Amino acid sequence: MKKLLLATALIAVSGAALAESHGQTVRLGTEGAYPPFNFINDAGEIAGFEREVGDELCARAELTCEWVTNEWDSIIPNLQSGNYDVIIAGMSITKERDEVIDFSQNYFPPAASAYVALTADADLKGTVSAQVSTIQAGYVAESGATLLEFATPDESVAAVRNGEAVAVFADKDFLAPIVAESNGELMFVGEPVQLGGGVGLGLRESDTELKDKLNAAIQSMKDDGSLNALIEKHFGPETAKF
Amino acid sequence: MSCWQTVQDYAFRSIGLGENLLPRTDFTLCQQITLIGSGLIWNIYFGVLALAFGFFLAVAVALAKSSRRALLRKPAEWFVFVLRGSPLFIQFFLAYETLQLLPKAGINLLGITVETSWTTRAWAGALFVLFLNTSAYAAEIFHGALRSIPKGDLEAAEAYGLTGWQKFRRIQWPTMLRLAWPSYTNEAIFLFHATTLVFFSGFPAFRQMGDALYYANYFADKTFNPFVPYPIVAAYFIALTLLLTFAFSLVNKHLNRHLPSNQKSRIRLRPQIIR
Amino acid sequence: MFAACADPKAIEGLTWAACYLTSGKHLDFYWSFVTVLMLLAITAPAALAMGFAGATAARSRFLPLSLLGKAYAAIVRGVPDIVFFLFFVIALDQGIEWMKHQIVCPDWTEPVRQGLEFRVCPQAKVPLGSSSAIWHQAYGFGLAVFTFAIVFGAFAANVLYGAMSAVPRSQLETAEAYGMSQGQVFRRILVPQMWVYALPGLSNLWMILIKATPLLFLLGVKDIVYWARELGGSKTQAYEYPHPDWRLWYFLGLLVFYLLFTKVSEIVLARLSARLSHGQATAAGEAMRKVAA
Repeated sequence: MKKLLLATALIAVSGAALAESHGQTVRLGTEGAYPPFNFINDAGEIAGFEREVGDELCARAELTCEWVTNEWDSIIPNLQSGNYDVIIAGMSITKERDEVIDFSQNYFPPAASAYVALTADADLKGTVSAQVSTIQAGYVAESGATLLEFATPDESVAAVRNGEAVAVFADKDFLAPIVAESNGELMFVGEPVQLGGGVGLGLRESDTELKDKLNAAIQSMKDDGSLNALIEKHFGPETAKF
Repeated sequence: MSCWQTVQDYAFRSIGLGENLLPRTDFTLCQQITLIGSGLIWNIYFGVLALAFGFFLAVAVALAKSSRRALLRKPAEWFVFVLRGSPLFIQFFLAYETLQLLPKAGINLLGITVETSWTTRAWAGALFVLFLNTSAYAAEIFHGALRSIPKGDLEAAEAYGLTGWQKFRRIQWPTMLRLAWPSYTNEAIFLFHATTLVFFSGFPAFRQMGDALYYANYFADKTFNPFVPYPIVAAYFIALTLLLTFAFSLVNKHLNRHLPSNQKSRIRLRPQIIR
Repeated sequence: MFAACADPKAIEGLTWAACYLTSGKHLDFYWSFVTVLMLLAITAPAALAMGFAGATAARSRFLPLSLLGKAYAAIVRGVPDIVFFLFFVIALDQGIEWMKHQIVCPDWTEPVRQGLEFRVCPQAKVPLGSSSAIWHQAYGFGLAVFTFAIVFGAFAANVLYGAMSAVPRSQLETAEAYGMSQGQVFRRILVPQMWVYALPGLSNLWMILIKATPLLFLLGVKDIVYWARELGGSKTQAYEYPHPDWRLWYFLGLLVFYLLFTKVSEIVLARLSARLSHGQATAAGEAMRKVAA
């Protein structure tokens, strides 16, 4: 028995050593349901802004990367239990999250959240829909409006279309293409609200080495303008850039 | 903030009483236990009402299914087949989508405007789905019980000149209940478990008023630790299951009161039903 | 897939539909039906084995073992399966890695739990961080099967326990009178006869299992409901095939699938029941004898 275990351990060690020589394998966790940040494209692959950013960061930091999808609900517990090493899922940097995980510097500027409704005079203190457990849901609850929570961002928009909710409150960049393609049915209402400190990579607090590598890579992308180019490609020319 | 204060603030949060904002920082065990317990009100609401209304529809469907007339039997068979043959998950979704199609301004019936917006709210819409669902399962149980009534009992009733309603009221009905009760107990337990699906997959939570699982999910999300809130829900449900089993066993005792003790059918927890 | 599908936004009508329905994502969707069927095929025997172990333990004369068997069935069944799925998989995953950690890295000095963080040595990760994606998927699938087996094993334990008690006492006593040992009575008399009593309960369990598969996505397995939701949701121009909210149609499709599947299962199980009742001293067996005579 002991011999057997020893053999397993040896294989394990040599496996790890092999990985070391090829550069470290880093697993990137994303949601895959938040276009244009991240989504599953029609070929069944993870695509979107974060896919391109993630691949570029891995190339610059000389890491071998693998993509995984995970439900939004359990995305932080699964990071902490080590099922992947980095969260790259349009996650806003907030104080609460920062207490349990670490964030890289942001790779997307502090995003505006906005209300979208069917009419321009919609009552934003009425029933407002949002995705459950997002910073937007918390904001709506505190704003005094009646919060209607849905499991997916998609459903929260559908609720406005069918009249369940007066307005939906979500990331402006997520809503923009939906509004643009609705043929005037949907429109932005009220002033955009700044929430969170931009979107960053989520990491375990103990992974300081990985964090440094990725921070350097993000900085280099910011410096040579390639990050801005990607933002413009996915979010249009009017989006805030670095 | 003391724990008693928390209980005062949040014990009825799920029905909109007490503190409006949910706790956002410094989560305590007391808050989790109180709020999740508060959410249990919804589970009990859905379970009790669906079961109570469902009982009558189930008996009607079971009788229709046992009928010799195809006009009665066929719809009953289809009702049971569709509702027992598909996951509750999908039934919730389809019901929600269908209810949304109702005109929002209300339906004008003979000059009176009937409001429709409440139908998509969980308290009405989800209750309706659970009601239909449990009716189908219970109907199958009652149907089985009707078919297992000893032939001798029915022949004896006829020999005494009991027919139609009298025969049903005095012989078939009590025997059916007695035979079906153990399985019906299981169905009740499953129904209560199924109520956790309401806010999880089916209907949106309104003003952050949700069931036990909804609040557990909230805490799991805010504390980033699933190992506290979910076991609390589990503990609540084990207690609820025990309570339910006890209540149903009292009824069972009543139904079996005339039988010698060695023939009494004891309630055994068995998954007789399909969900 | 087809050459005509190279530029989906330029095509219309039937060609568009054909291209849309054969996109990579749809192939994943079709493949997920296989995943679900495979999971059922593996879970059913696994749950039966768990149930058999649980029922045997509950019948044991050794009190702690019997209590363990009964507590397993009672606790797991008292909890809604969805609640169980929400935290059990992470716990199981950490448990496995912790055990491997104890074996592989005995010299590791840092604490495994740092606050909420769970950190074992890199060699103790299951599967290893360097292994290919397919292993991660297989491991996730394995965890899902195991979790399903534990939950449904508890139900099966209950059914089998009831079935074991339903075998007529006289049969066992006769066997003892012939001088069979406890083990022989169990293997030769009790187990072969209990199946006919267990079948109604087990067939119901199979139906419950079929209808619990939409919960698979909670366990990180991409099942048919996950894909139906993902494909049906409204798609903006960022996608190759933009369309409005079509979830209703996808879910209606799933409804048909589940109805067909339960119907087929019902027919097969009814046949099996008839086969098992043959020659048995039960009401059903008696009825068959009468028809034959």
